[in-house]
Amino acid sequence: MPAPIRLRELIRTIRTARTQAEEREMIQKECAAIRSSFREEDNTYRCRNVAKLLYMHMLGYPAHFGQLECLKLIASQKFTDKRIGYLGAMLLLDERQDVHLLMTNCIKNDLNHSTQYVQGLALCTLGCMGSSEMCRDLAGEVEKLLKTSNSYLRKKAALCAVHVIRKVPELMEMFLPATKNLLSEKNHGVLHTSVVLLTEMCERSPDMLSHFRKLVPQLVRILKNLIMSGYSPEHDVSGISDPFLQVRILRLLRILGKGDDDSSEAMNDILAQVATNTETSKNVGNAILYETVLTIMDIKSESGLRVLAINILGRFLLNNDKNIRYVALTSLLKTVQTDHNAVQRHRSTIVDCLKDLDVSIKRRAMELSFALVNGNNIRGMMKELLYFLDSCDPDFKADCASGIFLAAEKYAPSKRWHIDTIMRVLTTAGSYVRDDSVPNLIQLITNSVEMHAYTVQRLYKALLDDISQQPLVQVASWCIGEYGDLLVSGQCEEEEPIQVSEDEVLDVLEGLLVSNLSTPVTRGYSLTAIMKLSTRFSSLNRIKKVVSIYGSSIDVELQQRAVEYNALFKKYDHMRPALLERMPIMEKTATNGPSETVQTNGETDSTILDTKHLPSISQPASQVGFLKHGFSIQTCAHFRSNPNPNIAVITIHATNSTEADMTEFVFQAAVPKTFQLQLLSPSSNVVPAFNQGSVTQVIRVLNPQKQQLRMRIKLTYTHKGSPVQDLAEVNNFPPQSWQ
Amino acid sequence: MIKAILIFNNHGKPRLIRFYQYFLNMQLQIKHLCTNKMAEDMQQQIIRETFHLVSKRDDNVCNFLEGGSLIGGSDYKLIYRHYATLYFVFCVDSSESELGILDLIQVFVETLDKCFENVCELDLIFHMDKVHYILQEVVMGGMVLETNMNEIVAQVELQNRMEKSEGGLSGAPARAVSAVKNMNLPEIPRNINIGDINIKVPSLSPF
Repeated sequence: MPAPIRLRELIRTIRTARTQAEEREMIQKECAAIRSSFREEDNTYRCRNVAKLLYMHMLGYPAHFGQLECLKLIASQKFTDKRIGYLGAMLLLDERQDVHLLMTNCIKNDLNHSTQYVQGLALCTLGCMGSSEMCRDLAGEVEKLLKTSNSYLRKKAALCAVHVIRKVPELMEMFLPATKNLLSEKNHGVLHTSVVLLTEMCERSPDMLSHFRKLVPQLVRILKNLIMSGYSPEHDVSGISDPFLQVRILRLLRILGKGDDDSSEAMNDILAQVATNTETSKNVGNAILYETVLTIMDIKSESGLRVLAINILGRFLLNNDKNIRYVALTSLLKTVQTDHNAVQRHRSTIVDCLKDLDVSIKRRAMELSFALVNGNNIRGMMKELLYFLDSCDPDFKADCASGIFLAAEKYAPSKRWHIDTIMRVLTTAGSYVRDDSVPNLIQLITNSVEMHAYTVQRLYKALLDDISQQPLVQVASWCIGEYGDLLVSGQCEEEEPIQVSEDEVLDVLEGLLVSNLSTPVTRGYSLTAIMKLSTRFSSLNRIKKVVSIYGSSIDVELQQRAVEYNALFKKYDHMRPALLERMPIMEKTATNGPSETVQTNGETDSTILDTKHLPSISQPASQVGFLKHGFSIQTCAHFRSNPNPNIAVITIHATNSTEADMTEFVFQAAVPKTFQLQLLSPSSNVVPAFNQGSVTQVIRVLNPQKQQLRMRIKLTYTHKGSPVQDLAEVNNFPPQSWQ
Repeated sequence: MIKAILIFNNHGKPRLIRFYQYFLNMQLQIKHLCTNKMAEDMQQQIIRETFHLVSKRDDNVCNFLEGGSLIGGSDYKLIYRHYATLYFVFCVDSSESELGILDLIQVFVETLDKCFENVCELDLIFHMDKVHYILQEVVMGGMVLETNMNEIVAQVELQNRMEKSEGGLSGAPARAVSAVKNMNLPEIPRNINIGDINIKVPSLSPF
């Protein structure tokens, strides 16, 4: 068998490939050659083959058959073999493969090798991909190396210890004695990694944190030496002495000083010194300043120092370098909660950043602007934010719209301003508005009683211009359905009332029904709106005609509605005015709180309504909720046009907002003796997490004696691996379901 | 912690990829063990997505990007630097200082420059393993190990020398050559006296 080609040859060959297919062919050929070479157990060329395999792995081709070969290389005596073997192990293996445990013994031997570079390789590999079992076995060796005087090994051992602690937190205690004199090292590499180790330990355990607080003076001294010392060519980066170490120490000081008066006091001087003396012309200086500012803000520093910090951030905001501006915006976002007033001073600069060309900066500025909005600046800020909404990228529009809605809700100076703002958002970014804002907006509009006429007029005008933005269209059709009479009678006080006839309004609504731009949900909204107008307008025949046409629509949802409305006209005409009355003022409800069985009344629940079942009928198909720790069941009792009036049809929707799926979900119900129950099969038995879907099940209850419907429900499911059983009683079904 | 280091060129071809954490997309997160093939696909997908995000950036915008959907999401940032034909991208979480990482990339590139003498893309292509070894001296397990350029270069040099003394990756032929050199071949007699031989040459036809 000819000698396997060199890595260089392989690379050269692959580069000549002109198409992906050619490259794949070459690689497959080479893989086959390598595989047969592996089978021959050739020790000489193994390292070369593995090197080639790693190259092919980088290009994206499968290389798992090389895993065992890496292990063989690691076990070899030659440094070359070990080097490529360990690299292969780090790139190809991880704890998901059982094979990796075979390395443990080799690593153990190599940790005690006579050559420091072999020891270094072993430490490196353990620190990169060591699993918890490996770490447990080898922690002792690492601890030994942490105490060695060889700085090359000591720094590697420190980082390896960090990895071990991350994998097996219980072993942290083991490394405590070795940390005693880590900070007295002269070698900066060791100092650096030691500070990382100390930081990791302090972050994980409050006991360690209090133990290491006594190191603050030592850290301050080291930092001082770094700043005061003259030019040291070894550690110099653009004129600053070892900025990486400075940043690390500042970070550790931050953790140690947080919440502790004494430590914070010990640091005040040095922080002030760093803040004032650091050169800011290059990136390194700014990196240190930035870290200093973060530290000052986090510890219990004196107020003069805090003001200094925020001013530094303000200066950063005006810096030409985009990176600095980005970083300043990020840290201002962190501090805006605690030092709100100080950050407000820089509001105009932040708002200017909204106009920056850089996407990352715009996003930060937007988040920060929302955090800065308050009752005083709401008008000015909203102007800027609306302008931003107009001109920003589509990715931002959804977040910006939601933010504007929230801010408007909290700080609106007047109802008219609020409605105007919402109109503006709907018309400029209507298609990006989140689905759940439609019900929220509807509720808001309903509650602003005096603005109804103005609102419906503006929405009508907006509809005349553009019917493509679905949320806008949905809100508009709902409003026209509710307040169409105000529109036609021209009662608007806020602005010039428009002259519009009933037919024109119906034209617009019918236009929505037939337009290709309308989604099925929108069509539902407009059909219901037309129906509602039957009690507010006088053109009854026209409305009857429209409703009867859609009784044979292909869209099942629309068909069902039309048929029900038809039934209203024919058999239940006496009920129609009552059913289609104006909606009452809705109260704000809490959503998905961790409450026990909540039995809510139908009307107030309209905000959690499935958007398919619209709050358009005056007494909506009631929602009876069962809420528990993020799992909710909503039942709606329909009165489907049903030959047997004794049968109530109830549909339940189960949703789950926790982070784990609920599997093997079974819904059972029991009714009193006078009733008969029929459970149809559920849509599925898995309720996906994060409200990604729901399980629907239909229940039919025969109630010949027309008694108050009561039901006991039992839910069994598996959540996060353990079976759960819930029992509840549901009593407040609406009268229609059993009368 | 540094989650991943990616180097790719202006066309998205990977020149070095190093992951310090294993990324599993929500969709690919499956109840049974991930096969190895999936890991390579995952890696390539991450490279493609990162390249897509980074390549459409202008040169005068900031060097920080929120991570894409495949790489963990909101906690992770991409910090990148563009040198001539190569992008150096470090994917980090919130525990790393962004400006510090920018400096670290600079230190890494300058170290490569010292090790390869005016490094260019071809050096990275043909010496992928050496670049890994240099990187190993700078970042270990996702954490910064050493930032002193001279120290890093010295250590890499010493290790390379050790490898060379053993013959290196292409060791076998070199050993063959030295083996031949060391062979004791018997003296080849130079003057062979065959004596006069009367060779009758038959007359050959012109064709």
